[in-house]
Amino acid sequence: MERARRILTLLGCWGAIFLCTFASAEPYRPTDDTHVLERLSITPANPIARELKNLRMELQANPRDLESAVKLATRYIEQGRSEGDPRFLGQAQATLAPWWNKPTPPVPVLLLRATIRQNAHDFDQALADLDQALAIQPTNAQAWLTKASILQVQARYDEARRACQPLARLAAAHILRGCVSDIGGVTGQSAKSRELLRQALSDSGLSGRERIWMTTILAEIAARIGAIQDAEHSFTEAIKVGIKDQYVLGAYVDFLLDHGRHHDVITLVQHETRSDGLLLRLALAEQALGLPTVHHHTAELAARFAASRARGTTTHVREEARFTLALQHDAKRALALAQTNWNLQREPADARILLESALAVGSRTAAQPVIEWLKTNHVEDLQLKELARQIQEKTS
Amino acid sequence: MIHLVLAIVIPLLAAPAWAHKPSDSYLTLTVQQDRIDGQWDIALRDLDNAIGLNRDGNGEITWGEVRDKHDAIGAYALSRLALAAGKQACTAQILEQLIDYHSDGAYSVLRFRADCREPIEQLDVGYQLLFDIDAQHKGLLRLTQGGHTTSAIFSQESPFQEFSTAKPSRWNESRQFIHEGIWHIWLGFDHVLFLLALLLPAVLIRKEGRWQAAGDFSSVWWNVISIVTAFTLAHSLTLSLAALEIVRLPSRFVESTIAASVVLAGLGNLYPTMTTRRWLVSFGFGLIHGFGFAAVLTDLGLPQNSLLVSLVSFNVGVEIGQLAIVAAFLPLAYLIRRSWSYPRLVLTGGSLAVIAIALVWFTERAFDLRLTPL
Repeated sequence: MERARRILTLLGCWGAIFLCTFASAEPYRPTDDTHVLERLSITPANPIARELKNLRMELQANPRDLESAVKLATRYIEQGRSEGDPRFLGQAQATLAPWWNKPTPPVPVLLLRATIRQNAHDFDQALADLDQALAIQPTNAQAWLTKASILQVQARYDEARRACQPLARLAAAHILRGCVSDIGGVTGQSAKSRELLRQALSDSGLSGRERIWMTTILAEIAARIGAIQDAEHSFTEAIKVGIKDQYVLGAYVDFLLDHGRHHDVITLVQHETRSDGLLLRLALAEQALGLPTVHHHTAELAARFAASRARGTTTHVREEARFTLALQHDAKRALALAQTNWNLQREPADARILLESALAVGSRTAAQPVIEWLKTNHVEDLQLKELARQIQEKTS
Repeated sequence: MIHLVLAIVIPLLAAPAWAHKPSDSYLTLTVQQDRIDGQWDIALRDLDNAIGLNRDGNGEITWGEVRDKHDAIGAYALSRLALAAGKQACTAQILEQLIDYHSDGAYSVLRFRADCREPIEQLDVGYQLLFDIDAQHKGLLRLTQGGHTTSAIFSQESPFQEFSTAKPSRWNESRQFIHEGIWHIWLGFDHVLFLLALLLPAVLIRKEGRWQAAGDFSSVWWNVISIVTAFTLAHSLTLSLAALEIVRLPSRFVESTIAASVVLAGLGNLYPTMTTRRWLVSFGFGLIHGFGFAAVLTDLGLPQNSLLVSLVSFNVGVEIGQLAIVAAFLPLAYLIRRSWSYPRLVLTGGSLAVIAIALVWFTERAFDLRLTPL
């Protein structure tokens, strides 16, 4: 009897613990009015927020005014890049709604639509928009520059170079230099590209965004050919410009991860957990250091990738492949994702994850497209070459 | 010239992986004859964009600010959702507003009910939330009716969708629930293991502290019948209580306790304290297993208008599955019960294996870990 009572007490305690701990996993009604539920990425008092608000009001007064709509959409896209928040892209698109579905939208709308589509990884449609813009306005430097960058992502380097050429007479010299050296840096002309970029950067009249753009290209080329100190220097220069840019931060953190500087990674991005790409890199550093927070962050990332699949978008495949390989240790699934991704975009980072997954699975066939790509384009990238060598060794 | 250059937007170095999830809302509609029970989760950040929540402008949205705007949120949301049964528009009203977290932040949870005044055979859903300010917003719909769940995605390109909710016939519906019941017991290894752990000693008798083979089939038979019937009665009882929402327990508690019951059933074979009246054990733990069955049934979405039929059908399915297990186990065990190996290898070894597996389950469920590879 005594024993039965003891067991009952035990069961009661156990039940109580569970009820208290887990009952709140459902929608709930907070009890405290001061409880902060959400933090906005920009506060309404921020100058950018105020500028956006003013532009919005201008547009509301006259929704079909092309000039204000283009201005607002451009600011939204810039803001989206700084914060890494795709909501701004959707807002830019909504701003352009009166022209979005017209058979021949005005050129500025075509350019913005191309950028928005590029962001959704809808590269072919983005290129179609740019060609349409160039048919109307062959001297549009913006269209040529954006076109070159999309062609480069698709590894269509010759076409990309041709798209840079008109910039020689349509834009300032540094824009042309940035355009061609970005391509040359991947395709076997790293020395010449670095020289061009250094020349371009010596111009003190560059805008902040232009400076970030070229310094980051310079940093990435240096990192690929193993000029570690130069890379470090350029990355810090790019960050010092002071305009928040998710891409630069991600590229720098990747560089740090490659060189085992995990503590630096954590210092740099521990508060950037809202960004999927940066959270992924944070978790990788935590895993390397054996920190327990990696479990929580891995679960969080898994939930975010699942959410992204539920809405049917493919903008996260590169990161998901990396996540699946490095944090979930599922090489087979990572390889499938990396292959899907390679069919969509072909940058060094895409090559890297495909080679790493192929190596983990031990499949030479899967790595073949990247090995071909390395050869055909004389890609200069020490890490990619090393991975390719390991695959050939392992599978020969 | 200079002007043109300054106006150039530097191209993206790469199409970035977005930091955040794009804007999504989660809409769940459960069709109940002539009305719809709905739940709509909308991100606070989206609501802030649409109607402004952050009254004090400090960039932090508090519960107080959300609560003050409840009327506005409700009115805004309902004005963006049109539900119609056939040509008859349904009128919706908000029941309550709560808060929940999805992978990208806090959401306002709107629970509502829409009355359609006639049985819903075809449901037209017009979804217009946020498209005017965020053209990439999507609405993720889960539509449940009579045990069927369909999902759909609303976007600016497809804001109107039709769903045929023509009811499957009674028999089809009932057959579907029987089917689910059978599968649940077969795929729910914890129930199978629990039952097997209880049945292992059924072909033996405990005499003077040691196991002996039971004499005739009829005593074994009655022993098994009593265990299985007690289990059935107990879980039917709690299954009904839970399915009818008279009693609710958190699923993690239920799942962990089920795993613990399997451990205890295995231990009971190794340290037999209750050699007679094992049906009591079976009944006691059967109660908690019933809650486990109910969770499945709720996930299937119980059709309110044929609640009893589906409940009974599901239970019938569970019994059929259970009897199939008994039918496979009993003759075999009965045949080899006299062998040297039965009490040692099958009973002891089997119970140890059961305990080991169930301990892993228990740890996973109670502490939310994943120990076994999927």
